[in-house]
Amino acid sequence: MRARSQDLGFRVTTGAFAVALVAIVVGIGFALVNQSWLAIAKFGFDFWRTSTWDPVVGDFGALPFIWGTLYSSILALAIATPVALGIAIFISELCPARLRTPLMFLTELLAAIPSIVYGLWGVFVLVPAVRTLQTHVPDALRALPLFSGPPLGVGMLSAALILAIMVVPFTSSVAREVLKAVPDAQREGAYALGATRFEAIRAAMFYARTGIIGAVMLGFGRALGETMAVTMVIGNNPQISASLFAPQYTMAAVIANEFTEAADELYLHALIEIGLVLFVITLIVNGLSRLLIWSMARPGRAARRTRPAGAAA
Amino acid sequence: MTGTTRRKLVSRLFVGACALAVLLALVPLALILFFVVSQGIQALDWAFFTRMPAPVGQPGGGMANAIVGTLMLSGLAALLAVPIGVVSGIYLSEYPGTRLASTVRFASDTLNGVPSIVIGVFAYGLAVLPFRQFSTLAGGLALGIMMIPIVAKTTEELLLLVPGSMREGALALGASRARAVFTVIVPAALPGIITGIVLALARIAGETAPLLFTSFNNRFFSTSLTQPISSITVQVYTYAISPYEDWHRQAWAGALVLIAIVLGCSMLARFATARVSRLRTR
Repeated sequence: MRARSQDLGFRVTTGAFAVALVAIVVGIGFALVNQSWLAIAKFGFDFWRTSTWDPVVGDFGALPFIWGTLYSSILALAIATPVALGIAIFISELCPARLRTPLMFLTELLAAIPSIVYGLWGVFVLVPAVRTLQTHVPDALRALPLFSGPPLGVGMLSAALILAIMVVPFTSSVAREVLKAVPDAQREGAYALGATRFEAIRAAMFYARTGIIGAVMLGFGRALGETMAVTMVIGNNPQISASLFAPQYTMAAVIANEFTEAADELYLHALIEIGLVLFVITLIVNGLSRLLIWSMARPGRAARRTRPAGAAA
Repeated sequence: MTGTTRRKLVSRLFVGACALAVLLALVPLALILFFVVSQGIQALDWAFFTRMPAPVGQPGGGMANAIVGTLMLSGLAALLAVPIGVVSGIYLSEYPGTRLASTVRFASDTLNGVPSIVIGVFAYGLAVLPFRQFSTLAGGLALGIMMIPIVAKTTEELLLLVPGSMREGALALGASRARAVFTVIVPAALPGIITGIVLALARIAGETAPLLFTSFNNRFFSTSLTQPISSITVQVYTYAISPYEDWHRQAWAGALVLIAIVLGCSMLARFATARVSRLRTR
């Protein structure tokens, strides 16, 4: 009897700590709503439809930041996804076993480099390189809206490039896990039917498609919330422009830059509302991506691929 | 060209493209490491670790205050995150099937994906706004919140690696669940858990965004918990966007120190996890 009550005590005590973890997430949501209430009440949906950002008059519209965040993240994803999937396929399907661990270590290193170091490198190496590139764009191309604007170096292209580098390790490591969960029978079946390597891998990729989409979405979630590196290279100009060369602004960057300057309460609440929406968007994107990855690479399913229990060394 | 040769060619091209993708990712990694090391090493000297920042226009100086700041902020973060993270991890591995466990796992994954700047905003509302004062405590709180899910996850994963026979042995000898966990199961996984904590520390020590408006920055030496404090990352940011050549050099040196911390910790982790995974095969 005593042992049972002790066990209950253990369960309740450890459970309380676990509940604290849940409480933090719920608390973040509550606090953000609570502290952006002035802006939510005053502007309503117009906050997300208008593009004037004028703290002096107290007129706040967040459309340029949404635009900048989506544009930079989608562009980064377009660059990063093929590379990340290529890496995942190379490591899990193609490369000699000897190379596997070092390559995994190197790509994971890319994920471990602090954001501020990416930013520093971006400011002093990438931005000048992009500026040089911009001065060499022929005038005919420059007439297009995609390449308009003076060669500043800072801007959408620099931000997207740096985001792409930062996202690659996340997408590729999840895609690798997902590919690992594809039963070998899928590949063997394809080879047995006379498939080439490419065709066999394509079959495995098709089998793993939900998980692959999940991996890409996870990268998207990372890109949406990335702050320092983007803030340092995007140029921080609240304008909506299709140009790759135009300095723009993101949701995370405006919070980072203006938070300590927000003198009046409405300004602060407007910035926190941007944070709230960033929180909700990343919550949805991450939740969806986990769901997709789980449906594919759940521990129980992955186990089927490993050798039968008796064969283990 | 026959169909077969074309298919083989496509296959070859595909393999080549995948190898190219790996190279494409390794080039920026090499470039970043090259610039950080070559630029950083020029500016890194003993004074960097022992001196205070020099006034504008005066060459030299160091980041002694920022280094102490980063240590204090990481320490505070660990004080918050290690108990909550480790005990939550124990709960997750002991009662894996419960509804609370799946809720906690979901919350932990969610918290891990919350942008660091949003964590900063939350910590600002919780620990800066009520007192109208940037402080070390607020910065430590922000970093600690970021660290909790990482610690919880590694603890859970490592505890699950401990062979079931060890738990059964303890329970068969009449130990209570708590006793089995704290005297048999946790000690078996302890090296791994400590490694996980060190890795988590390395990651949060490199964070900048959550500190911008919680611990803020401080040009002076401070160890006060209720005053703003400098940190390597925020200092690198301030220097990087400044117009001064000498500050840029200091920023590179700071970046080199950050990279060294990260690299050192992940090397350590690889060494230690190699040892722990042997546990499983035993």
